[in-house]
Amino acid sequence: MTEIKKVIEVKGLVKRFGSFVANDHLTFDVYKGEIFGFLGANGAGKTTAIRILCGLSRPTSGTVTVAGIDAGRPEEIKKRIGYMSQRFSLYDDLTVNENIELYGGIYGMTMKEIRHRRAELLTRLSFSQYGDTLIGSLPLGLKQKLAFAVAVFHDPEIVFLDEPTSGVDPITRRQFWEMIYETASRGITVFVTTHYMDEAEYCDRVTIMSEGSIVALDSPAALRDRYNTATIEELFVKIARPKTETA
Amino acid sequence: MKRFMAFVKKEFLHIFRDYRTLIILFGIPAAQILIFGYAVRTDIKNASIAVLDNAHDEVSAELTLKLEASDFFTISNHLSSYDEIDVTFKQGKIKAVVIFPEKMAATLTREGSATVGIIADGSEPNAASLVTGYTTGILNDYSSGLTQHLTASLPVINPEVRMYFNPNLESHYMFVPGVITLILILISALMTSVAIVREKEFGTMEVLLVSPLRPWQIIIGKVAPYFFLSLVNVIVILLMAWYVFGLPVRGSIALLIAECMLYILLGLSIGILVSASVDKMENAIFISFMALMLPSLLLSGFIFPIENMPKVYDYVSMILPPRWFVEIIRAIMIKGAGFAYIWKETLILIIMTLFFIGLSAGKFKVRLGEGGR
Repeated sequence: MTEIKKVIEVKGLVKRFGSFVANDHLTFDVYKGEIFGFLGANGAGKTTAIRILCGLSRPTSGTVTVAGIDAGRPEEIKKRIGYMSQRFSLYDDLTVNENIELYGGIYGMTMKEIRHRRAELLTRLSFSQYGDTLIGSLPLGLKQKLAFAVAVFHDPEIVFLDEPTSGVDPITRRQFWEMIYETASRGITVFVTTHYMDEAEYCDRVTIMSEGSIVALDSPAALRDRYNTATIEELFVKIARPKTETA
Repeated sequence: MKRFMAFVKKEFLHIFRDYRTLIILFGIPAAQILIFGYAVRTDIKNASIAVLDNAHDEVSAELTLKLEASDFFTISNHLSSYDEIDVTFKQGKIKAVVIFPEKMAATLTREGSATVGIIADGSEPNAASLVTGYTTGILNDYSSGLTQHLTASLPVINPEVRMYFNPNLESHYMFVPGVITLILILISALMTSVAIVREKEFGTMEVLLVSPLRPWQIIIGKVAPYFFLSLVNVIVILLMAWYVFGLPVRGSIALLIAECMLYILLGLSIGILVSASVDKMENAIFISFMALMLPSLLLSGFIFPIENMPKVYDYVSMILPPRWFVEIIRAIMIKGAGFAYIWKETLILIIMTLFFIGLSAGKFKVRLGEGGR
């Protein structure tokens, strides 16, 4: 039982905004090195949950532990995680090198460390010739890959990806997932929200949220078996449809 | 601290990369100072004036001679009646008329004083104030000579100055203080609010908030470079005003810089408040412009003297920081006043600063901490 390390533990998480319950008693664990998918329609409560896990918002009740640290100490959590949002998060008017220096610096890395790992990273991505190029002049696909590389540049324990592939072409999405696999194989846990159902199939385990609650949580294969559907997409339509047609 | 410095460095990179804005920021005040510096000549030579001598006695003759003898004036017209004044001015031939009263020497001996009228062409405010200044100087010089002879204690010839066409001459003195006030509001409030809102609009603010940087570090890191930039700009403006325009700082430069820093801080806190209230850059620009720039320009007394405004605007201008700041720097630069004369205005600015810092701190906590889902 203790051989797999839990990096995220959530028990009875509730988040209310006035009378609106955005997260209704969520309970789940995420294990080290796994790719954990978070699915749900818009307004299902995904973003609220991810904001709490990232230390941006406090739970109304329940216990949340991220990287072994209670959600009551968000500053400590923030040092141990990486984050990439659906919106592009690098600075267009800075060069590739400067962006990396900025994020490395913010996460407390020394300049020597940054230089060393930056050279390594750019070589691995075959980006070396772009070091002094302004981000703004790179194509979107490259930017997105670079944004992900920057999000895990400081070797966080967990990286949160909030719909990272929205608006990206299929080839880049494919390459992006290869990067996710490569990251997970380095022992970095990947917590990813998506609304591409085919991407859910790439995850080790997926959680499906609807109206603030978790309606299913298991590996994609186990879920397909249990609900007797051919794809996660079918499954999603089957179980995640809101009971009331307000959405 | 290292994290913070990495962040500040990035902010400077943004600023220096956007060199167009930088050129505008330093270019506008430079251009204004240069234009005013060169368009406005600070010395007069051989300015044409007219004399209306109603006295025709030894005093008026001597004074006329003194005026003529100075390098400043050439007496081009000798008028014989008041009616000629208007015509001569309208012809634009003269900058001023000096009027000696009837029986000047007699009055001077009997009453110990006499009044000389000086009417200047107010359509050229700078020239007018210089001409009256020099004329007054010559009159005072003459009367202090008399004073020694008569051992009277007061200057005996009182110049009575009137402006023709434009009675409000003060505006050009306001120029450099006005430019400083405007530029500081522009950089500190407008540019910071835009810089912060840009992060929100592009989604990079989210990434920063998830990083180990504390929210206050993000805010301070964003505004610190603008604080620095504003100060540099103030110094550039002062140096240019001095070298080009010949306008020295009569009071304490340290006090002036300290007051500028206070005002920058105030501008920054307003900028932070604006950025906490809006999510789009256009809105930040719009609010900063409408709520700060225009009132600063129109109501601070920079262009239009507050004394000439309806009372309502006078009251409205009281809640505007530029009004007090213009008064402060005018007092320090032009009047050479010390802190004792401007502590009230300074206190008002300090209270305003604390108020805005408090307001924006509260607002930011709400917006960033728990805003959105």
